Order: sequence, then C-alpha cells, then structure tokens
Amino acid sequence: MEMASLLNYTTFLPLLGALILLMIPKTEEVLIKSWAFFVTLTTFLLSLPLFHNFDGSRSSIQFETIKSWIPSIGAGYHVGLDGISILLYLLTTFMMPLAVLSSWSAIQNRVKEYMLAMLVLETGMLGVFISLDLLLFYIFWETMLIPMYLLIGVWGGPRRIYAAIKFVLYTMVGSVLMLVAILYLYFLHYNFTGVYTFDLLQIYTIDIPFGLQLWLFLAFALAFAIKVPMFPFHTWLPDAHVEAPTAGSVILAGILLKMGTYGFLRFNLPLFPEASVHFAPLFLVLAVIGILYGAWISMVQRDIKKLVAYSSVSHLGFVMLGVFAFTVPSMQGGLIQMINHGLSTGALFLAVGMIYERRHTREIREFGGVTRVMPVFATLFLIVCLSSLGLPGTNGFVGEFLILVGSFQVVPAFAVLATVGIIFAAVYLLWMFRRVMFGPLTREENKNLVDLNGREVATLLPIIVFIFWIGFYPRTFLDKTEATISRLAGTMEKARAELHLEKQAPYWKYLVWKGNP
Amino acid sequence: MPIAIGTTDLISILPIAIVSLFGVYLLLQSVFAPRMNRILIPYLGILGVGLAVVGNFFLIGMEGTAFEGMVRVDRLTVVLNFLFLITAALSLLITISYHEGEHVEFLEFTPLVLFSTAGMMVMGSAESLMTIFLGLETMSIALYVMAGFRRTNRHSLEAALKYFLLGAFATGFLLYGMALTYGMVGSTNLTQIAQYFTQNALDVPLVALMGLALIIIGFGFKVALVPFHMWTPDVYQGSPLPVTAYMAVGAKAAGFAAILRVISLSAFSIAFQWSEILWVLAVLTMTVGNVVALVQDNIKRMLAYSSIAHAGYILVGVVASNDQTVPSVVFYLIVYLFMNLGAFAVATMVAGQNERRVNIQYYRGLGYTQPLLALAMAVFMFSLAGFPPTAGFIGKFYIFSAALQSGYVWLVILGVINSLISVYYYLNVVVAMYMQQPVDEKKIAPVLPGVGVVILVAVLGIVYLGIFPGTMLSVLR
Repeated sequence: MEMASLLNYTTFLPLLGALILLMIPKTEEVLIKSWAFFVTLTTFLLSLPLFHNFDGSRSSIQFETIKSWIPSIGAGYHVGLDGISILLYLLTTFMMPLAVLSSWSAIQNRVKEYMLAMLVLETGMLGVFISLDLLLFYIFWETMLIPMYLLIGVWGGPRRIYAAIKFVLYTMVGSVLMLVAILYLYFLHYNFTGVYTFDLLQIYTIDIPFGLQLWLFLAFALAFAIKVPMFPFHTWLPDAHVEAPTAGSVILAGILLKMGTYGFLRFNLPLFPEASVHFAPLFLVLAVIGILYGAWISMVQRDIKKLVAYSSVSHLGFVMLGVFAFTVPSMQGGLIQMINHGLSTGALFLAVGMIYERRHTREIREFGGVTRVMPVFATLFLIVCLSSLGLPGTNGFVGEFLILVGSFQVVPAFAVLATVGIIFAAVYLLWMFRRVMFGPLTREENKNLVDLNGREVATLLPIIVFIFWIGFYPRTFLDKTEATISRLAGTMEKARAELHLEKQAPYWKYLVWKGNP
Repeated sequence: MPIAIGTTDLISILPIAIVSLFGVYLLLQSVFAPRMNRILIPYLGILGVGLAVVGNFFLIGMEGTAFEGMVRVDRLTVVLNFLFLITAALSLLITISYHEGEHVEFLEFTPLVLFSTAGMMVMGSAESLMTIFLGLETMSIALYVMAGFRRTNRHSLEAALKYFLLGAFATGFLLYGMALTYGMVGSTNLTQIAQYFTQNALDVPLVALMGLALIIIGFGFKVALVPFHMWTPDVYQGSPLPVTAYMAVGAKAAGFAAILRVISLSAFSIAFQWSEILWVLAVLTMTVGNVVALVQDNIKRMLAYSSIAHAGYILVGVVASNDQTVPSVVFYLIVYLFMNLGAFAVATMVAGQNERRVNIQYYRGLGYTQPLLALAMAVFMFSLAGFPPTAGFIGKFYIFSAALQSGYVWLVILGVINSLISVYYYLNVVVAMYMQQPVDEKKIAPVLPGVGVVILVAVLGIVYLGIFPGTMLSVLR
C-alpha cells in the first residue's frame, strides 16, 4: 500500500474502531476490552511499515497528503511525517496497546465508555503529530483534551474532578493565546504573499519581522510550556497524574507531555528562529530549574505516583535543555529523550499501577521488602528505575548523554548543573526503590502479595525491550532524525548570526506593540 | 401615490406570507375547531413552516428590492429566512413534547410562534427603518405573550411583564433613534442612509450619530448586550422552556439581522465612529455574561447568561466591520441555533412536569441513566464552550479571525480569554452528568419523539458544521 494513505488509515483507525465499539453491548466487557486491544495493536502493527520506509537521510516531509478541507479560508488537510514526528508517532501507537492492557482489571466500571475515550484519544494524539496545517493541528490539539479530561474525571481518584478541570483550564490558557497567534500568522502570511493559507510549510517561508516574532513566539511558547510542563507552569501535572487512572497517567506522561516539546521543535524554532535564539537563555534557565527542582521535590514525596510525576518535570527539563541548546547532538538527544521518558516513565506508572491494584495504596512507607514476595516485579521495576535514572546501557543514558554533550558546547555551566540533576535522579529513584522493595517484610498485608501475572509481564516486557534497544543500539532511531535535526540546527545557526546583526537596539524596543500585521 | 404590487413583490415576501397566513388560519382553527383537532395545531404549524421553507427556495438567486424600496431580497435574506424557519420548526417540535408534560393550554402558542417568526423574517429582509420596526414589533409582541404562557406560575408572569415593560422602553429608544436618523437623512430607506453616511463620512452631524447610538441601544436590548441585558435572566428563567429556546435563538438572530442591516451594512462608511463603542460593549457583554454564568446553578439562568456572552462574541464580528462581518456573524448564528436549541431541548426533557428539575444537580449521573441524552448535552456544552471539532469552535474561530483581520488584537485576546472562562461552567454540566452520582432515583421520562428529532438535528448540525464547515462558509461568502 502507498505509505501516505497508510499514514491516514493508521491515524483514523482508532476512531473507526471507536465507532464500531459503539455497537458492542455494554455488558460484553471482555469483548470490549479485546476489541480495544485489537484495534490499538493493529494500529501499532500498521504503523511499523511507516517507520521502516521512512528515509532518515531526507529532511523533507514524507508520506505527505494534501487535500483541501475548508477552501474558503485556506485550511487544508495537510499531513505527513518528518524526523521530528516519526518517532513520536511510533511511540504513541506503541504505548496505546500497553495502556489498554494495563486497564484490563484496573477499570471495573463503565468499561465501554473508557475504551471509547482511549480510542478517540489515540486518533487525537496521532493527529497532532502528523498535522502540517495550523488549523488542523489546533483542532487535534484541543480535541484531545476532551477524552483526557473524561479519563481523569470519570475514572480517576478521589480528587478527580478538581484535577480534571485544572488540567483542562491550564492547557486552555495556553492554547487560546496560541489560537490568536495562529490567526495572526495567517493574516501575516496573507500580507506577505496575498494568499490565505494555514499551511505550515508555506508559513515557514515568510520572514517574520523580529519584533513580531517575539510576541508570536511567546504566544506559542506559553501553550507548549504549560503542556511540557516547564517550571513554573507545572502545578497541574502532579494533580492530574495522581488522580488519573494508571493508563491515563501512562498516556499523559508518555505522550501528552511530549506534545509540548514537540510543539517547540515543530513550531517555535522553525517559525520564529530569531525569537527562539533571543529567548533561549530564559528557557535554558527554566529548563535547568525544572531539572533540579523536579528532582528535589521528587525526593521528598511519600506517594510513589507523585514521585514519578515530579520526576517528569525533571526529565522534561532535560529535553528542553537539549532543544534550546540548538546543537545537532543536543536536539537529537532531546528527541530521543522524549521517547525515553515516554517509555521509562510510562513503565514506572505501569509498575506503580500494578502494586496499587494489589494494595490500594501508593504510600512508600506502607511497603518494604516487596522483593521477597514479588521477585519478577522487582526485577522489571528495577530495570525501569535504572533506565529512568540514565544508567549506561539503558535508553536514559543515551538521551541524557547526547543532551549534555550537545549543550556543553554552547552553555557549559548549564550542562554541569544538569548533570547534578542526574545524580539527584539516582538518589530519589534508588532511595524509593530501597524503601519499597528491600529491607524486612514488616507489614502483614504485604506478605500475601501475588507476583505479576502473564498479562502484566506482557505489558512491561515490550517497553523493556526498547529500553535496552535504545540503550545499546540507538542508531536505529537516531538515524531517522538525523537530516531533519541537522536542517533545524542550520536554521538556528543562521538565526543566531542574523540576530547578532539585528540586536543593535536594546531588546525591550522590540517588545513594544507595533499594531496590525 | 398609488402603490402597484407586482409578482416580484409577492414572491419576495412569499415565506413571510405563508407563515402569516398559517398563523391566522391556526388562530381561527383553535377557536372554532372541535377539541379533537387541537392536538394537530402544532403539527399544522410545522407544516406551515415547511411550506414557507419551500417558498423560500424561490427567493434563491433574487437580488433587489420590492414594495417601493421597503423590502430587500438578497442572499442574506434567504439565509436568514432559512435560519428563522428552522428555529421555528425546531421550537414547535419541542413544544409538542412539552405539551404532554405540562398541563398548560398551548392553543394560541403555535400561531404566536408563526407570527413572531414572520416578524423576524421581516427584520431580516428589511430595506427601510420602518420595515425593521414593523418586524421587530410583530416579533416582540408575540414574544411578550409567549413569555407569560405558564399562567399559573408567578415567575412566568413576572417574565412577561418585565419583558414587556423593558421591551417597550427599548422600543422608545429605537424609535427615537430612527426619527433622528430620518430627520437628518430625509429618508428611512437603508440604501439612502448608506449614501448619506458615505457622503458625510468625514463630518457626520451629531444628530445623526445620536440617532445611530439610540438605534444601537434599541437593538442592544433585543440581543441582550450588557448593559441592556438585565431582563434576560429573569425572562429566560420565567418563560416556559420552549419559549426560552425560541427566544434565545430567534430573537437574538433577528436582532443581529437588524444590526447587520442597519449598522454593519448601512453605516459601514462611518465604522470608525461606532466600532469603538461596540468594542467596549462586546468586551463588557462577553465578560459579564461569562463571569456571572460561573455561579449559576439553574440551567435556564446559566444558559441565559451564556446567551448574553454569546451576544458578545457575535458583536466582535460586528466590530470587525470588514467583508468577513456578515458571513462570520451569520455562520455563528446558525451554529448558535443548533447548540442552543439542542441544549434547551435536553433541558426540557430533564425538567419534566412543571419544570421542577431545572437545577444542575438534576443532571447528576445523567450519563448513566440516560446515556444518549447526556451524550447530546455533552456535545452541546462542548460546542458552546468552543471546543473543536464541534461547530462552536469554527464559529468562534471565524468571528475572531474577522476581528483580527481588522487589527483588533486585544479584542480577540479578551475574547479567547472569555471563551476560556466559559469552559468552566459548561464543563460543570458535563461534570454533573458523568462524574457525579444521581441525586434522586426518580427516572426521567423517556425522550419523546419531537424533542428527539430536535436533539438529533442539532447534534448532526454541530458535528457536520464542525468538521466540514467548507460548504456553508462558501455559501455565506
């Protein structure tokens, strides 16, 4: 089959699956779960040829589809993959079947609605990664909020309603301003070329004046920074993670957060290169604060899930450090680190979910010595923890190493501080592991814990395969991103040179509002 | 001067005539007919509206004025006629189901809907200030009566009286404004008014501006702009639900039709004079509507404040005053029709006998007791909040893009922030339906076919216009 249409089919297959799911009677829970698993697994299998056929030596968009959609305003259905999106696309299709598997026994009520939300969510997420039309992107970006909101709000923990609304409102604060910026770009492109279009590739070509770039950059950056989440916009994250059901946390951490960092690479850097260079110091500082702050907060958590949630702030700080260092290795590392975080943190949440299902608590002090009763779990959990803290031989090391190497060339001080963050990561993860898994088996309730069953092992095992695959042979994945990232780095290099010339006037001069496009 | 009425004249008011004639016929029917036939009256009303829809097809492609420059037929007329007729038909369908729950005699109800629909269509096809006034009064007087239809209910009577008194007051403003404008222009014809403003664009006499300001106040009352909105919550709350639905959609659309005709199209050349005032009104209307809606726990009052907020969004399109104004406003009105009528239809079903269950707490657990009804309500709420892929998003998007095209960046930013505020109270309904336990075990009556059709049409409209707005947008352009 032609790859472009395969991309479209893969993206909308989950939605189709959801429509068929509507016809299955509510009481057939096993059938519903199996169907959802089947659909997500098929989606993953269908996405594999995309990865295989993707040519990493080309920086252009591949598997492209351009169809007119709302011709009267110049919005099109323009989708495709490039080196930035291919891995994230695969990560999404890969994580979804695992998320469905992990909900097998955790979700007891309203199974049908749950699986519907999952399937709709998958199409929304895939759509975000393939959209190359600003309006289309925005629609997927916002649509995705609805199922995620329901997942947290309906199947979440005790404070789920608060967490769900906080999640939606925080995300929307950023995205409504992004919408204004999108419209502004639209008219700006019209003023330059006389053509009304939302097509991203065409909007890339216009040369936006520096003063305007700063504003538009900020509008986009707010939306993405909240999503990442960067310090100080991270406060929604612990609430959403702690209250969400396991699969919700896995998707949230594994995929949704990546949309923020993806947004920076896809929109902020190429659209506003000079503004990106201009604001880079700010973002680098915030990234490093995020790394250290996230790690420190993780250290003092009593709840394992909260600990993992805050560790995301720290890990995503690494990604942002890599992105805003603008070198090829750092950005490639950032991209790989997005995947790593999706795998490792996703697996951590799965593991937390597994013991929560058994004990209905996530308090660290409630455990101790679990290794004795759950040896298989202990092994897998340890591997996941080690990959999350970046032990050489696991995926985490590759990403962090590339980021540090890349950023050391331009901002050595920040790279050094970030390295300290890795040490803290080892501290909080291993300390938690020791308290939960080792030591004497003091609690009566823990003595009867049952080890993982086949389904649970099958949920974690595929992730562990990739943890080692990326750890030992990252080239499979890095090669796909090489050309795209090199070109982006080239753009940033040029912008840096141009900004040097332009920056004769004090920067605040540019922040004065200049009026219409 | 002898007035000759030709075929063109008659065709241009064909839908208006059909609806009016049916109104008169049904009024007589309800007085003289035997009891048996009374149930049929709303159905006959729908038939009349259907015939008018057919009649409206004859207007497609016509371009010009009729009745000595009193009536204008153009694409806007045709689209607005369709909009008003669909509103009337859907409202009548809600009424049919309402009958069966409420023990109120609804005999004259159908003719009144038809009359006020005729009034709305007159407003939409006006070419003269006099025509607008005629249509406005026909519409309003029928609505005053309809608001007080639950004769035994104190709130309903309060609503009718309040609506009537304040409405009459606003009419005074409007008439005074029209008189001043006429005094300066020397004609009530909108084309001539437009010419006058173009000629005097640089130095508009103060009296003419006064006239325009008073007209804006008059219309502002009808569409519930802040600070002329005080009547809205009480009237919406007190009126029977089908009337509220009809009023919220029809009267607002008619008011905006008049605003488009008089302000946007006729006073186009002096936009710089009024756009700043409307800018302030739009921000006030959006903000007050949304902020007050946050604390409502009665669904009717919540939707009332939400309708105020939506008037604010639509006004943003008027402020833009460029070639996107008319298409964006009309598109929004169409979207607004579906999502609001839909929401009121669900509210009617939930409210039950004597509208006892209008509090949001009665929506708790609806997602599990009435899954389809709740799903539809969720679609309406997400659309009202402006989430893609519903039509509510495209509507807002189009309005805001019109404003941004004219360079109103801050207005758009305030608009999107408002839209953000509104998410909270719309999602409150979703929270109640899906995330909370039912407050009482009493079952809601199964959805009746009439309301079912309305809900289905509304959902399909919202989803279709949300995902494939292309066709509709190119029709409106």
